[in-house]
Amino acid sequence: MDSALLVHRIHFAFTATFHYLFPQLTMGLALLIVVLKTIALRRNDPVYHEAARFWGRIFGINFVLGVVTGIPMEFQFGTNWSHFSRYAGGVIGQTLAMEGMFAFFLESALVGLFLFGEKRLSPKGHWWTAVAVFAGSWLSGYFIIATDAFMQYPVGYYTAADGTLQLASFWAFVLNPWAGWQYAHNMCGAVTTGAFVMTSVGAFYLLSGKFIEHARVFIKVSVITGCLFSVLQIFPTGDEQGKMVTDLQPVTLAAMEGLFHGQQGAPLVIVGQPNEQEGKIDNPIEVPRMLSMLTYRRWNAHVRGLDSFPRQDWPGNIPLLYYSYHVMVGLGTFFIAIMAISTLLLWRGKLFHARWMLWILLLSAPFPYIANTAGWMTAELGRQPWLVYGLMRTADGYSKFVSAGNGMFTLLGFMGIYMVLGILGLFLVWREIEQGPEAEHAPVGFKTAEAR
Amino acid sequence: MASLWFGIVAVMIAAYVVLDGFDLGAGAVYLLAAKTNEERRLVLRAIGPVWDGNEVWLLAAGATLYFAFPRLYASSFSGFYLPLMIVLWLLILRGVGIEFRGHIDNRVWQDFFDVVFSVSSILLAVFFGAALGNVIRGVPLDATGYFFEPLWTSLRLSEHTGILDWYTVLTGVVALVTLMAHGSYYIALKTDSDLGRRARGFALLCWPVQFFLTFSTLVATYFIRPEIMNNYNRHRIGLLIPLVVVGCLAVMVWANPKGKETVAFVASSLYITFMLVGAAFALYPVMLPARDHQYDLTIYNTAAGDHGLRVGLAWWTLAAVLAVGYFVFVYRMFRGKIKVQVEEGHGV
Repeated sequence: MDSALLVHRIHFAFTATFHYLFPQLTMGLALLIVVLKTIALRRNDPVYHEAARFWGRIFGINFVLGVVTGIPMEFQFGTNWSHFSRYAGGVIGQTLAMEGMFAFFLESALVGLFLFGEKRLSPKGHWWTAVAVFAGSWLSGYFIIATDAFMQYPVGYYTAADGTLQLASFWAFVLNPWAGWQYAHNMCGAVTTGAFVMTSVGAFYLLSGKFIEHARVFIKVSVITGCLFSVLQIFPTGDEQGKMVTDLQPVTLAAMEGLFHGQQGAPLVIVGQPNEQEGKIDNPIEVPRMLSMLTYRRWNAHVRGLDSFPRQDWPGNIPLLYYSYHVMVGLGTFFIAIMAISTLLLWRGKLFHARWMLWILLLSAPFPYIANTAGWMTAELGRQPWLVYGLMRTADGYSKFVSAGNGMFTLLGFMGIYMVLGILGLFLVWREIEQGPEAEHAPVGFKTAEAR
Repeated sequence: MASLWFGIVAVMIAAYVVLDGFDLGAGAVYLLAAKTNEERRLVLRAIGPVWDGNEVWLLAAGATLYFAFPRLYASSFSGFYLPLMIVLWLLILRGVGIEFRGHIDNRVWQDFFDVVFSVSSILLAVFFGAALGNVIRGVPLDATGYFFEPLWTSLRLSEHTGILDWYTVLTGVVALVTLMAHGSYYIALKTDSDLGRRARGFALLCWPVQFFLTFSTLVATYFIRPEIMNNYNRHRIGLLIPLVVVGCLAVMVWANPKGKETVAFVASSLYITFMLVGAAFALYPVMLPARDHQYDLTIYNTAAGDHGLRVGLAWWTLAAVLAVGYFVFVYRMFRGKIKVQVEEGHGV
């Protein structure tokens, strides 16, 4: 692989992966905070109010990090992927600009009011700011997913005389069928992250014997929400997306599943290592005929394997794609199990005293981050070798005039800065957790002090 | 249609420079004008509620540019690769500096973020000015429609020029001084007491430098790029623009000592706007001039398809109305002078 291409790919992948650690939490928390605030308003319960404020502070720190790491994403379309932008900008420019114009302005205005305007606004008014923050961040997510959906399954475009893609139908492009399920699937993932982080902090408080009342509120709200969304994550959203991949990117499906040879009644590989040299899975543990059932709803259906497709159309990194997909699915199943058991214990009134389960919940917080990252890696590695599926190869899309040396320089720069940001973020979130939900200390401040 | 989008992007960039300009400028004078912790908190509180909203204009202008002129976005962003990446790092550091400073009430923590905030603001102002200088001076575009500029070669203007040469350094310094004055007017407008007085004095000090640099830049621009006069010769009405610029400078120096802070701030905003309008007027319909004019990127050879631009106009208008609505709301909510609040806990 051309080394400049590799540098530009890692550049985007690294900055996108790091960036998405923050929005997945803030989009998930935005929903949970609306839930907390709604209950607080209805019951006029101070514990719920304090819980909402506490998660607002955690939200605020992550939001700042999400914003500052998000700006480079927009720039990189031009800086690192200029040939792609020139080719497809006439179409995807629509959603990227809409995100800027609709979502960013809304968020920048409303987040300040939400975080620091509680004393200035009526309780109802403040509830509305929380709803607006939720709507803004989820809207933002849709525009990005619609952009990605175009790269996965291009619709609503025509090829202009100069060879570039241009918009033919706005609604076909914005309401891309791929985007619908991908969005639903992705947002379930974000809520799962938010729910697991909230449960984890609740479990931490209960295990340490601090802030018991708040911890119970955290756990109650997040376990019920988490249970619901981790189920929705797999069925119907994950299932439907799998079917879309089967129909529209069959070679991707074969690579994800490690199916080297097409067959009738194809098995589902649960564990095993893809062996590209010999074209098989080493040490497989399989469920017979399951893959045929999941993809075509028939035990005997024929599933096409990698051997049905020309080699140059295979995704470039099959082992990584295979593992990303299996990690995502494995963790998704694990989330349902954890949340279902927790819900059951909650319903029986035993969860708050089941220390073993609280320990599991405490330690589970990192896994949704891994699952979300693995899910995005599945989507983007699975799209390879295409940048715009079937239209432009990744190798043709990067900035040909930005050398590997310059790309490496800025990649290393981002790695350094993001390491500092990561440490700062963890440190500040840890401080909030330590000070706890009762602390009436002033938050970030200025946005702010005026508002108080 | 493309001309309309040229206008829209130009207005958005002007809005960005005027709005984020005052908080960048406030950041640039921050260490000099605000001496005590109290005063620094006042400055941060003056820009705190609005700075990230202001910065969204940059993102929105960038995204609109991408949407309307994808080929220009592709060429210029990859060509200006290094300075843009440095701008990104500075934006990250600056945002974190403003937002995280108040989290911990510790002198070392706060001093650290004060310097991060101020230094990144200064460098951003210089880089934005230099970027504008590059656009006016022209870049080595060729038949591929792309170019790549290193940060610097020698500081002379030659065939293989970098981002920084004497001319773009000059425009960078003009931007810095202009925004320092702009930020000072804003601080004067938003605060009283010693801080407000010091900011006014600082702006007064900036004025002769600003005046001198404005004229030397205009003269220098004429010498390195005489073509900029073409549009002015063709449409005489354009000559009103430099007159407004001079008028704004005069109003600033008149209003500031009299304590008419609002007038001075508005004059400074208009000065910035018309400097940019003047540049856009001179460039039109070129968006990024090449050394060799046959490779100029213009609104005609970079615009997106007509249908896309037409559709965009519908949602852009709606979104712009909403955005202006939020801005009016937020600025109204935080209007007036900021007083020292004694009862406030730690935090800022």
